[in-house]
Amino acid sequence: MAKIPRPKDFYAGLLFVAFGVVAIIIARDYPLGTAARMGPGYFPRLLGILLIVLGAALSLTALRGHGTPLPGWKWRPVSIVLLSVVAFGLVLTHAGLVLSTIGLIVVASTASREFRFRESLLSGVLLAALSVGVFVVGLKLQLPIWPGGG
Amino acid sequence: MDVFGHLALGFGVALTPINLLYALVGVLVGTLIGVLPGIGPVATIAMLLPTTYGLQPVSALIMLAGIYYGAQYGGSTTSILINMPGETSSAVTCLDGHQMALKGEAGAALAVAALGSFFAGCVATVAIAAFSPPLSSVALKFGPAEYCSLMVLGLIGAVVLAHGTLLKAIAMVVLGLLLGIVGTDVNSGMARFAFDIPELIDGIGVVAVAMGLFGFAEIVSNLESTEKRAIVAAKVKGLWLTGKQLRQAAPAVLRGTALGSVLGLLPGGGAMLASFAAYTVEKKVAKDPSRFGKGAIEGVAGPESANNAGAQTSFIPLLTLGIPENAVMALMVGAMTIHNIQPGPQVMTSNPSLFWGLVASMWVGNLMLVVLNLPMIGIWIKLLQVPYRLLYPAILLFCGIGVYSTNNASFDVVMTAIFGFLGVIFVKLECEPAPLLLGFVLGPLMEENLRRAMLLSRGDPTVFLTRPISLAMLIVAAGLLLLIILPNFRKTRAAAFQEET
Repeated sequence: MAKIPRPKDFYAGLLFVAFGVVAIIIARDYPLGTAARMGPGYFPRLLGILLIVLGAALSLTALRGHGTPLPGWKWRPVSIVLLSVVAFGLVLTHAGLVLSTIGLIVVASTASREFRFRESLLSGVLLAALSVGVFVVGLKLQLPIWPGGG
Repeated sequence: MDVFGHLALGFGVALTPINLLYALVGVLVGTLIGVLPGIGPVATIAMLLPTTYGLQPVSALIMLAGIYYGAQYGGSTTSILINMPGETSSAVTCLDGHQMALKGEAGAALAVAALGSFFAGCVATVAIAAFSPPLSSVALKFGPAEYCSLMVLGLIGAVVLAHGTLLKAIAMVVLGLLLGIVGTDVNSGMARFAFDIPELIDGIGVVAVAMGLFGFAEIVSNLESTEKRAIVAAKVKGLWLTGKQLRQAAPAVLRGTALGSVLGLLPGGGAMLASFAAYTVEKKVAKDPSRFGKGAIEGVAGPESANNAGAQTSFIPLLTLGIPENAVMALMVGAMTIHNIQPGPQVMTSNPSLFWGLVASMWVGNLMLVVLNLPMIGIWIKLLQVPYRLLYPAILLFCGIGVYSTNNASFDVVMTAIFGFLGVIFVKLECEPAPLLLGFVLGPLMEENLRRAMLLSRGDPTVFLTRPISLAMLIVAAGLLLLIILPNFRKTRAAAFQEET
């Protein structure tokens, strides 16, 4: 296959087409209604078609001209950053704000090339104290502080 | 009531101790994140939105608005002192601001940025007070067809003025509209795109979308970039201007304020566009354009006044028409909806103390900024020296707590992470997330008005063309699209954004 001149636009176009196709497939059973009395399926299908047309047009225009190549994809920062926050959300109710905070800070810090364990632990402890002070005491958010909902 | 009567009512609300406190918190947080590169007002407002549930609606909006215009003040400090934009809207300030700092005029640059912003803030506040009532009385006469066309115009305008590939930006808007209608359909009660997940029946939260696309994606790209942040803070002495500097800066402040106020009104406008345009204008009108880039004070005064004016006047379309024109305003829609206020022309009449209180608080907030900021610059410089490896986990923590406390549920955190992942892909493919967020908040509104318009016209789509106001708006929208396809305009547009990179 020949090299695609503007890969960023090309793949973005494919992504939009994919979203449009998926939307139309999911919405296939939603009643369409008529133009005067639109059912719940009318607008989604309209948008889905529009998205496919726009995406396809974008991909086609990307076959001409010249653009920058796709940047590399590094799994390490993406996965550490996103998963550490997800884990934080999942354990917060059970482990309480203090332990979850320290955990999040230490784990998230490993995404940086300049990770230092003791520094991140210290930062975690300080931020745990700060967030209890600001969010639980100050803003009165309903968050457990210690494991067991204390 | 005239303008002054309205403002008196507003100051009565804005000057209560509790609202003064929230204005102060808002502008301080805004300055803080403005100073810090790598976190913008969109992510911050998304982060703090959930914490405002318990507040009075007016206090919540005062605080969130303060973050936006406060960030315009903070951004200039970083641009001037370390030659790195704290905010995108302060990017052009780097060009001449940092050169001034290198010449030992950092104090003058900071002073002119703050004073110019304050002047612009005062003018913009009066502009909001003067233009909102007539605009909203026009908007009250709009039917569903006009609203639909207005939204089309707003969204098209937003993508024309955004940079990047036009097709891409329009596709992002459509994707946003699609994501916006996830959840229960108000007319039929049917759950759409909910996959039998109970949380999705209420729709996707605006906080999750904004924080994922703007907050998380930004952090990941920062971690990936290999360039080191060199912090060479210039010495600041004497925060005042000489008579000569004042004479050079004053006309630039006036031009910047005027330009920023107008550009703030346009869809897609706001602080960033205003500052870029102001810099270009200053360079054009200067007797000796070669001084620019070497520490010309007009190059700081113009853009910094413009971005503050633009930040504030961008509230006008939101408050009078209910149409957000940039990502920050989209979040303000979210904030108002949470407090059961439907943004639009009726806010001013049904909720005058909220409307005018918010307007007056902007002037109060600007005063606080100019009084507090100059003496606090030392603290901001200290903060800039905190390394990113310590900063980003803390940002993640506040994001996590913010999202979690939206519904006290882990589901929202997972949702945010999904949008974070999508956001990273968008960054790689150079897809601007702002149009998506605009489409997202307008999705349900657009569907509703489209349905009503088509119901009233008995299914005849020409209704959008036979009603004069609707037709006019569609013609303007089509004109904007044509403009951008014409090669000449495209060149200017590319040039206007060139300074950024």
